Amino acid sequence: MSFDDAYQALTDHDDDARWAYGTGFTDPLAGVPTDVPDGADPGDLTAYCLMLGDDALVLSHRLQQWVTRAPELEDELAVANIALDLLGQARLLLSRAGAVEGAGRDEDALAYHRDAGDFRNVLLAERADADFAHLVARLLVFATWRLALLDRLSASGDPVLAAVAAKGVKEVTYHREYAAGWVVRLGDGTELSHRRMSDAMAAVAPLTGELFRAHPVEARLAGAGIAVDPGALRPEFDAVLAQVCAAGTLTVPAADPADPAGPAGRHGVHGDGLAAVLGELQAVARSLPGSTW
Amino acid sequence: MTTEQVFASTIERDQRVEPRDWMPDGYRRTMIRQIAQHAHSEIIGMQPEGEWITRAPSLRRKAILLAKVQDEAGHGLYLYSAAETLGADRGDLTRRLIEGRQKYSSIFNYPTRTFADVGVIGWLVDGAAICNQVPLCRSSYGPYARAMIRICKEESFHQRQGYELLMTMMRGTPEQRAMVQDATDRWWWPSLMMFGPPDADSPNTAQSMAWKVKRHTNDELRQRFVDMTVPQAEALGVTLPDPELAWNAERGHYDFGTPDWAELKRVISGDGPLNAQRIAHRRRADEEGAWVREAAAAHAAKRATGRAAT
Amino acid sequence: MTEQIRHEWPLFEVFVRAKRGLNHVHVGSLRAADHRMALHHARDLYTRRNEGVSIWVVRSDDVASSGPGDKEAFFEPSADKAYRHPTYYAIPDSVPHI
Repeated sequence: MSFDDAYQALTDHDDDARWAYGTGFTDPLAGVPTDVPDGADPGDLTAYCLMLGDDALVLSHRLQQWVTRAPELEDELAVANIALDLLGQARLLLSRAGAVEGAGRDEDALAYHRDAGDFRNVLLAERADADFAHLVARLLVFATWRLALLDRLSASGDPVLAAVAAKGVKEVTYHREYAAGWVVRLGDGTELSHRRMSDAMAAVAPLTGELFRAHPVEARLAGAGIAVDPGALRPEFDAVLAQVCAAGTLTVPAADPADPAGPAGRHGVHGDGLAAVLGELQAVARSLPGSTW
Repeated sequence: MTTEQVFASTIERDQRVEPRDWMPDGYRRTMIRQIAQHAHSEIIGMQPEGEWITRAPSLRRKAILLAKVQDEAGHGLYLYSAAETLGADRGDLTRRLIEGRQKYSSIFNYPTRTFADVGVIGWLVDGAAICNQVPLCRSSYGPYARAMIRICKEESFHQRQGYELLMTMMRGTPEQRAMVQDATDRWWWPSLMMFGPPDADSPNTAQSMAWKVKRHTNDELRQRFVDMTVPQAEALGVTLPDPELAWNAERGHYDFGTPDWAELKRVISGDGPLNAQRIAHRRRADEEGAWVREAAAAHAAKRATGRAAT
Repeated sequence: MTEQIRHEWPLFEVFVRAKRGLNHVHVGSLRAADHRMALHHARDLYTRRNEGVSIWVVRSDDVASSGPGDKEAFFEPSADKAYRHPTYYAIPDSVPHI
């Protein structure tokens, strides 16, 4: 091994069968037509991309907050992977929103220079986790819902959304599997973990109603074959949750009768959770206007 | 041949010692200590940069930084695995870390003040780490050498992303350029200290070199790092904060000033700017995760007995 | 303290097939509470750079191995059987395809 050049030295070890760098990295949007499809209102399509993009961006942020705090090193890797997947989905969707909007805003303009009232994420994405049980409860609910959604969206009349969804299905399948594994382990682990897991499931239950209520934008685009009607996802969601809860000796949290059916995250009505996320996310970018990164 | 002779001849012929081979107790202890310190450094090293993931000022930089910090957790794991092949136990090593009985690289006890620090850590700290680590790919202990090969390959991206960030910032606003210079000023001397005390003051070096668990002395590596870095600083347009830094044509190397060894001693002995905070953070994660790890073990045990009963 | 040791997860060895047509190769180890978790962790730890198409995990306790002390009895008896190797046989260069 040569010592003169660190990088040269590394290539001395190219035993590719063992240490191969992966190959075949692909652009999920290569060759996908980017025109706004017929029958889709550009304003609606922009808003819809923001909804799905903000869900991913904001939940990714909450997962990023776990880095260096996970219960075991292997889970550091797993949680970071999920955060990276969601961040990737957010970047594609925000970029699509900016392109369809046509006002010259890119992914960063949309992530860093919108105020809370312009964010369209569901409230489930923005809440803080009280502990690891809350993390996996929320992730199970989110991933189960999003997987059902992306699965249908991969047949969208918008080729870009279809491609983003097809890529996302593979990622979110793993997220759901990871979360379900932990919900079962904690539910059927020790007495303490069972109690914490039950509490966590109960804590996220009030936030599930919003996931299945169609915003007018979603309803219109679903009619045009572009978006997914979230109401249609409920049966699949309920079945998965019931199965996971049964395996984890947990009771499925009942729908909260007090679940407010009024305007929520999709309408830009948010809680302290989003304010905290944006305070952190946007601080550096906003403090140095005109900077390039 | 006696077992001692087999071991000596393995080292002599530059072959690798493998986990089940006989080895002197001193060699085993030295390797466990060296690998554990290295693993701890990766894990503690996640903190200074990890603090910036949620605040990264662009989504691309955020993804890069998240992937990088995640790699460091992975590197810690590769290394703990290598230490476990010597009979060490990861849980025990973690306890030694959080009880302050085992050390980690002193560099991670310094604070990250601006986002430019993320770039400078990639450029200088990862650059110094690569200088230190590339020779370890030939460590006489097989599992460590193999882990180092994988780590060095992955870290080549770490240094380049840092330098690329700094180049981008240097093309930005005057304020950004000032941030890069400020971060360079703060991290330069601690980076030089990453190679350890001067050779004259490094009692374990001779034995480690004889066992081929260390391939170059601290001062050789430090010189190599300075020689590699000076042209990079010039290309970047920053000044390294050392008035004594000058090319010495006779030696064919750069001359440079003397790091503050008293400061290194203080930081190593636990009195650096953030030693207590770094350890407290790691301890809290470990303690707050205990109930989760216990639950998973309990669930696995239930499943195992359930399966045996059917 | 002893309480904690008892709850530590067991060690698993990880084997990754880099691409179709290659053997699974040992890449390292990790800790997990059960096999499913071990597979997930292996995916996150050892295939972050698209390095694999298939993973095996095996409990480290379940691996039986020959010891260094067995080396002579295990491996040296095959050292004198050169007739197993194609280069043992002299064939004139004029004979094709053999």
